[in-house]
Amino acid sequence: MAKVIGIRVLRLVFTLFAVTVLTFLMTKLLPGDPINAILGTSSQRDPAVVERIRAELHLDDSIPSQYVRWLGDAVTGDLGYSYITDQPIADTIGQRAPVSAQLALMAIGLAVLMAIPIGVLGAYTQSRWPDALSSRFVQVALSVPNFIVGIFLIFFFAVKLEWLPASNWTRLERNLSNLPANLKTSIMPATALALSQMAIFSRLVRSDMIATLQENYVLSAKAKGLSNRFILFRHALRPSSFSLITIAGINFGALLGGTVVIERVFALPGLGSRLLSAIEQRDVLVIQGITVFIAVVYVVVNTLVDLFYTFIDPRIRRS
Amino acid sequence: MLNLAMQPMLATSFWGLLRTAGIGILMVLVAGVLIYAVLNIRTLARTFIEMPISVKLCALWLLIIVVAAVYAKVDTELLDHALPLQNPDDQGFNPETGVFEVREGNLTSTSEYWLGTDTLKRDTFSRIIHGAWVSIIVSLVSAAFGIIVGGFLGSLVGYVRGRTEMVIMTGIDIILAFPALILLLAMVSIFEVRSLTMISLVIGFLSIPAYTRVARATSLAVSNREFVHAAQAIGTKPTRILLQEVIPNVMPVMIAYAMVAAAAVIVIEGTLSFLGLSVQPPAATWGNMINLARGNIKVNVWQVLWPSIALTLTVLSLNQVGDWFQKRGAHRASGL
Repeated sequence: MAKVIGIRVLRLVFTLFAVTVLTFLMTKLLPGDPINAILGTSSQRDPAVVERIRAELHLDDSIPSQYVRWLGDAVTGDLGYSYITDQPIADTIGQRAPVSAQLALMAIGLAVLMAIPIGVLGAYTQSRWPDALSSRFVQVALSVPNFIVGIFLIFFFAVKLEWLPASNWTRLERNLSNLPANLKTSIMPATALALSQMAIFSRLVRSDMIATLQENYVLSAKAKGLSNRFILFRHALRPSSFSLITIAGINFGALLGGTVVIERVFALPGLGSRLLSAIEQRDVLVIQGITVFIAVVYVVVNTLVDLFYTFIDPRIRRS
Repeated sequence: MLNLAMQPMLATSFWGLLRTAGIGILMVLVAGVLIYAVLNIRTLARTFIEMPISVKLCALWLLIIVVAAVYAKVDTELLDHALPLQNPDDQGFNPETGVFEVREGNLTSTSEYWLGTDTLKRDTFSRIIHGAWVSIIVSLVSAAFGIIVGGFLGSLVGYVRGRTEMVIMTGIDIILAFPALILLLAMVSIFEVRSLTMISLVIGFLSIPAYTRVARATSLAVSNREFVHAAQAIGTKPTRILLQEVIPNVMPVMIAYAMVAAAAVIVIEGTLSFLGLSVQPPAATWGNMINLARGNIKVNVWQVLWPSIALTLTVLSLNQVGDWFQKRGAHRASGL
């Protein structure tokens, strides 16, 4: 067990190193002076400003020493500041990450809630009509891009029925006093994100459940005369949900970045929409900061999921 | 200053060069596939007949999309709009009289504009067909990259194992350590030129890791089969085993995987162009059509619906046909 954790942590450190180096090199890969990338080639430039930035970013040092300095600052929560909005990048991330994280969490939660009944139904009625119907539905859900789902959710629930607002995110207060208002603005984007995840998850639950239902202990539970529902949800669901938990965890990390489009569709103040505006303004340091933040979170979440997986599955824990 | 002025010029010639080279390679590949298809027309027909009805419909839809996109491209590039199809960029300007004809934007379907017109008074039907071109090229390039580079790398490391495998797979794992969309956005943001060449090359490059993983897994299984052991026993050179035994058995799996991967690539490209970061307007892509039309969704929902249907149906079809090939391939392999 300790050895497993040790190897994982070593790999984590190595991957983090590689990911930060790659993101750091982003501004250096361009031909010409990195200052062009940072300030943009078209903007009116004051030589004094150029000199100041050059000094602030230590652009005259060697690239490895620049990297070490940048990484050191980043670890202490200093990702520099945007030369376009003059805002510290770490502050921007601090304000916006909760929005993306809430969306991703809600999406994964909704997806799991929808996927378990659909997957279990599919496994239970394997290759009869409810299974065929649900797998058709799942295939379609898997194929609709999430921004299209988002647009049509807006069309039906905001434009036609006027039940929910199409934008205007309500930030969740610390004491959760405005939870209903927050849910009103977050339920549509979360659903749009959840649909394709639901499709992935329910396929997993279905195939794992089919394998579990062939185990002897399920047969003996049937022989004891336990009800189908009891067998499905109490006996078979837990051993069938390991890959669900893994994929849900990994996809949570991926969704942190995957919310980009949905944030654009619903005009949400998350990380993704800031990343997009930075790309449009060619604000390279902000792009770099957000990219490295999302990538690091993703890598760390993946490692935690891996460890958690080894921890909950007794079969892996023992070996 | 001189350096600054030079940069854009350099950039265009750089992408121009890549474009020419890319078109050349792609044409050779497509010609190769077509010749192969014509030579094996009977097998293809038999495969088509074997498909269940829903998969057949999906395969037909894909065929229609490809034929329509090629038709549209021939119409604009070679025949100067001589074929019966509206000009996708035409906003009603008449070059002879020099005035705009009176035409309405945001029309629903009429006999002249089958699927109506968009906000800028352009024919939606024609733009959908032209938009297919972008999706097709991007998915072809990514499949070519994936199958050729990823397939080769994966087959190689799955067969030779050892240090080569460790080095290459570590590189692959690092690229996969980024969330795909974020890495793509970061790469797209680096390049100022947002042309079809750039987008397809970036997406193509980023598709390599996933293909490599699939190819490696298949190659690991193939490398342990009796015929590979037999070849090793009679002293065949490793290069020859790799080229004659391993790669031919990895390729069918890669091709089935390419269809499913192409579905993901089309969604990714749709997402990029929806965000305005893919091929730039006035070129039509399904993503930028949806983005343009969604501002007027209250007035005319159809303009959002048509490109959405085209995109979704194409993705669904690729998934279905790809899944079917994968299942059939697995069935065949288990029978060997």
